[in-house]
Amino acid sequence: MQKIGVFVCHCGTNIAGTVDVKAVAEALGKEPGVVFSAEYPYMCSEAGQNLIKNAIKEYGLTGIVVCSCSPRMHEATFRKTAAAAGLNSYMVEIANIREQCSWIHKDIKVATEKAIVLGRTAIAKVALNAPLTASESPVVKRALVIGGGIAGIQTALDIADAGYEVDLVEKEPTIGGKMAQIDKTFPTLDCAACILTPKMVDCAQNEKIHIYAYSEVEKVKGFVGNFTVSIKKKARFVDETKCTGCGVCTEKCPQKKTPNLFNLGLDTRSAIYIPFAQAIPKVATIDADYCNMLKNGKCGVCSKVCAAGAIDYKQQDQIIEQQYGAIVVATGFNPIKLDGYDEFAYNESPDVVTSLELERLMNAAGPNGGTLLRPSDKTHPHTIVFVQCVGSRDTTDCGKPYCSKICCMYTAKHAMLIRDKYPDTEVYVFYIDVRTPGKNFDEFYRRAVEEYGVHYIKGMVGKVMPQPDGKLLVRGADLLMNEQILINADMVVLAAAIEPDKSARPLATMLTASMDTNDFFTEAHPKLRPVESPTAGIFLSGVCQGPKDIPETVAQASACAAKVIGLLAKDKLLSNPCVAHSDENLCNGCSSCEKVCPYGAITYVDKEFRMPDRTTKIRRVASVNAAVCQGCGACTVACPSGAMDLSGFSNKQIMAEVDAICR
Amino acid sequence: MHNNDKEQILRSSGVNVLKCMRCGKCSGTCPSYEEMEYHPHQFVYMVEKGEIDKLINSPSIYKCLTCFACVERCPRGVEPAKIVEAVRLIATRRQGENHLKAEDIPCVVEDDTPGQLLVSAFRKYKK
Repeated sequence: MQKIGVFVCHCGTNIAGTVDVKAVAEALGKEPGVVFSAEYPYMCSEAGQNLIKNAIKEYGLTGIVVCSCSPRMHEATFRKTAAAAGLNSYMVEIANIREQCSWIHKDIKVATEKAIVLGRTAIAKVALNAPLTASESPVVKRALVIGGGIAGIQTALDIADAGYEVDLVEKEPTIGGKMAQIDKTFPTLDCAACILTPKMVDCAQNEKIHIYAYSEVEKVKGFVGNFTVSIKKKARFVDETKCTGCGVCTEKCPQKKTPNLFNLGLDTRSAIYIPFAQAIPKVATIDADYCNMLKNGKCGVCSKVCAAGAIDYKQQDQIIEQQYGAIVVATGFNPIKLDGYDEFAYNESPDVVTSLELERLMNAAGPNGGTLLRPSDKTHPHTIVFVQCVGSRDTTDCGKPYCSKICCMYTAKHAMLIRDKYPDTEVYVFYIDVRTPGKNFDEFYRRAVEEYGVHYIKGMVGKVMPQPDGKLLVRGADLLMNEQILINADMVVLAAAIEPDKSARPLATMLTASMDTNDFFTEAHPKLRPVESPTAGIFLSGVCQGPKDIPETVAQASACAAKVIGLLAKDKLLSNPCVAHSDENLCNGCSSCEKVCPYGAITYVDKEFRMPDRTTKIRRVASVNAAVCQGCGACTVACPSGAMDLSGFSNKQIMAEVDAICR
Repeated sequence: MHNNDKEQILRSSGVNVLKCMRCGKCSGTCPSYEEMEYHPHQFVYMVEKGEIDKLINSPSIYKCLTCFACVERCPRGVEPAKIVEAVRLIATRRQGENHLKAEDIPCVVEDDTPGQLLVSAFRKYKK
């Protein structure tokens, strides 16, 4: 026999102002199974909780209903209260008579009536509750960070600093990411390499960090605390353990016509290469698409000149399998392709460049050794036009609907640096809005205008027309002058929108982590859980979650590390016992549940069943991994045979609630 | 009256002027810009503000070549040329019975009438 207690909270006047709490307590006291009913001004206060504890002990309550605020607010509080009084904490139900009743109604009579129905519903449910116990699973004390840009580097360093092993996987031959390609950083104009490369070295020297460069994640299995990941180490054709990074092979390699991807194809390099001087690991890699030896077996120069004997033309991809407690996604971004924007003549003229290409053109380690020259004829440009929002805030098929966030600031930086170094160069910036929220950001932009004389024009460029003399005729609108203007420019720089790296989407599928329509990873809560994926054990660092500049990326990367450390510090994980389970006798093996499960918690197993005639039969039945299941209930709805049920929210309980509402 | 005009323009053009983010790319791209009193971005804004009469009475509506460059390049899919066309339609309707027969066209074409305007007109009204 159930003995249920009902506790109605006033929440000051929040509830009592609109709901007649005395009438509610009285009405619910008459419900079948209810042996105690009371109201109190603040049920969450210590006195209110004592009222509950005493009633549980005095009346030997088997279940309690608290009519109060949303369960998101105080369900945990009242569960602890019940547990302290010796009642299983899952024998507690909350009737939300504040957010879903008193706050949205004005009429006391109607609100009171509704509060009674909500209370009655919770009573009907708690009468069918069963005590639940959270199960435990162990935590592997090792983290995987996917992506070796500044986000991944910072997260790895912070996790390692707390004493845990970290594996850092990077698909390029070196860590460093986009920041390694950037020349200077706003708003302080310090050199990106000067602040990034020490962190890269820290990664390499930290004994807790293991860098898997030129590697990719192939397969992910398991769940929070216990992931099994296969990492593919791509063949470099160079033995990493032998190569000293001396660079002789790169000098002697006869195939010098390979596009230099680190310089975005603005110049060429040899087929065997080290991306840049400070690369980590500083190991050569052979580009198999250009190497003569690998293509037709005719060369072998690098092998002859290598004193360490590190060249291995027969090297194969290697698969490494490793266990992790937590996985961090730090896959970063790329500028979008500008093929859809013929009006800017990007594919037509080499003097129309993206902002990232300009970074390389201005960088001391770039194709021109740091002197800004036109790519077409290597002459000094006297007029440069910057175009903002190319593909950002663009709802057409070729663009991105969001603001890329970093372009206003890096364009101000570029404009300022050019005016500083080449005062004879006129710089025009076409802008739609200048967005500079950030510490010292607006001051920085104003300096570009006021001290460096950059011409900011409110409007957009409509067309860039390459001229026979090599100039670029730029037509655009000056909205404040209400004029259409023509500028005869030497170079045009496009602030191309940024998008998540293409590797993010297949990775999200492997991790069963959710993404938005723009392929940015979704966070568990946009305000309160910004560095966690809704999938337990998956964490988000950097631009893979949304556009960010370097300071924000580093802040998020450290926040992400804090969350990972919090997880790895635990020896065991208590799982939510409100998870799905399947009645194997009812399961018909149709896989409907497996298909709808967003967390990959359901697998099918072949199981032996004893038949009534004493024979045995193998049947394919669903099996739920309780550690992975998040209790969303999608499978219980999808199951055609009613085999799937959710503990704490069983089909029977939900029907009882519906009946109680409709009574 | 004004509101009716605005509603009719929005309905007949199918354009949502509120999608405009005021970047001015339409005016930055318009080959007829110098000829126009009101420019493509102003058409969008003035329709939003209900300043229809100014547009109807401006020669600008006949200067648009209907080349659709603004429609092609607008990052927000606003389609300013369709707004100009809708304003032109209201102006035409206000003038009442003034339809041209095909054989009357040659005598009203002036030297500086842009050829593209005629092509565009025939394309639109051939049905």
